[in-house]
Amino acid sequence: MRLLKNPFPQAFLVVWGLMTALPLLWVFISSFKDDNEILSDPWGLPGALRWENFGRAWTHGHIGQYFLNSLIVLSVSLTLTMLLGSTTAYALARYKFPGNRLIYFMFVGGMMFPVFLALVPLFAVVRNVGLLNTLPGLMMVYTAYSLPFTVFFLSAFFRTLPTAVAEAAMIDGCGPFSLFFRVMLPMAKPGLISVGIFNLLGQWNQYLLPVVLVSDKEENYVLAQGLAALAVNEGYRGDYSRLFAGLTLAIIPVLIVYAVFQRQVQSGLTAGQLK
Amino acid sequence: MKHGKYPLLAAFLLPALGLYIYFVISPYAQAFYISGTDWLGLSDTYNWVGFDNFVRLAKDEYLRNALWHNAVLMVLLPVITIVLGLFLASMLNVGGGQGRVRGLPGSGLYKVIFFAPQVLSVAVIGVLWKELYNPRSGLINGGLRALGLDSLTKTWLGDPDVAFWAVLAVMVWANVGFYVVLFGAAMQSIPRDIYEAVALDGANRWTALWRITLPLVWDTVQVAWVYLAILALDGFALVQVMTRGGPNFSTDVVGQRMYDVAFGEFKFGEASAIGVIMFFLTLSVTVIALRLSRREKVEFS
Repeated sequence: MRLLKNPFPQAFLVVWGLMTALPLLWVFISSFKDDNEILSDPWGLPGALRWENFGRAWTHGHIGQYFLNSLIVLSVSLTLTMLLGSTTAYALARYKFPGNRLIYFMFVGGMMFPVFLALVPLFAVVRNVGLLNTLPGLMMVYTAYSLPFTVFFLSAFFRTLPTAVAEAAMIDGCGPFSLFFRVMLPMAKPGLISVGIFNLLGQWNQYLLPVVLVSDKEENYVLAQGLAALAVNEGYRGDYSRLFAGLTLAIIPVLIVYAVFQRQVQSGLTAGQLK
Repeated sequence: MKHGKYPLLAAFLLPALGLYIYFVISPYAQAFYISGTDWLGLSDTYNWVGFDNFVRLAKDEYLRNALWHNAVLMVLLPVITIVLGLFLASMLNVGGGQGRVRGLPGSGLYKVIFFAPQVLSVAVIGVLWKELYNPRSGLINGGLRALGLDSLTKTWLGDPDVAFWAVLAVMVWANVGFYVVLFGAAMQSIPRDIYEAVALDGANRWTALWRITLPLVWDTVQVAWVYLAILALDGFALVQVMTRGGPNFSTDVVGQRMYDVAFGEFKFGEASAIGVIMFFLTLSVTVIALRLSRREKVEFS
């Protein structure tokens, strides 16, 4: 029982654990309170389980709408990112052709640039094609800005796959397209999952791009953006219970996904940031 | 197989390339040109003014103030986050003390909890902490009052002397967990028998951390440093949600400044010039990082 001799490390872990978990728990508990309880007693428990707070956040707070917008944008942008990213990475990793290196560095070089640099012209470009304040505009932009890392990561992955399998499939009469979709893509599954999770969280949590590109049309806000707007409004109105319920609704699904895919999420994000 | 190659290359490369050039490459290229104009976003016409925007920005107090805040963040955010991350990771992975080179009990659960903020949107974290800091209904002041420490209660985000530190604390809170996992993975790859050997030689926990663990995870620490420094150049989402750069510009950062100039004042030319400045700052950090990472690595064998 060496631990009892020196409780300091364990105590430190408990303190940091509480500092992380307590704010989240506080939000969940506060979302059942009424405004009076929230304002007068921050550490108190709710007098009743007021589920109606969630209903009000979902409909009157438009959290439902924002949630749906995020889902719509993500379902298209993530699919496009993975499709375009994997095909591009595969072509660059497995085929020799003039300009291969140039295209590769054009994609990978994009990781060096801060998005802020592109912000003003991007706003103009999106406005010119009439996609400002629209969800398709966000889908295109999310996909385009996810490509550098996706191509970088997946082309490294495709390069490591054995050539023998591909050759065997070609001898068996497999064409180049079905070789990719039926042989190479399934073999690249671990890499696809890592980069997919990285992009999923990155796009779901995006704030800067929607704030710039969907600023004038509230019904097209995505969740993170809508919640921030709700926080500003509730400050004026004093409808705090709705804000806390909205926060809970934004946090819970992500935490559930995280809890289920904990290992993949951790490895996906660590792989992502070690570029 | 030659005949099959070019149809595939065209089908696989052209769509992505088109999208990428249109929405990424061309805006990046245009930004440099726009930074030399007096474009006021709402009009269609603008004039080439050369380096006027940069000359004006060099004397701009607001930009200097914001840059100063990013500079402070660039020093403090990596230091605090890395020290905390290393400490917690070593407790979890090799903290069991002499002889026992496993982590402490329950380390799996700790890792899950510590990492959780990393999956939340920065905007959500901003809203969450704005409420925690709320002077009347927030958890922090409420806790201080409950403990009888009323004198320590503050209007955290409303006081120009405190707000910046309050924002920095949130950045640390949000990032530490990620580095606990990152450093943890590096520590797991250190052979266990090294610890057993030094424990036999009578080294305690601190000596082991300082003399064995730290040198062997140093490469990872450098990577963390670079990533946190680049993160410190941003800070926009958190600041925008929590304070919008206030009160009295005490939490302003370059990203927030650029956003305000571009989409508050619609000075597109000047905002692009700020973007160009941010680009060169990021580039310098990356270049320094690449030079550092050429350093020789420690071999285990």
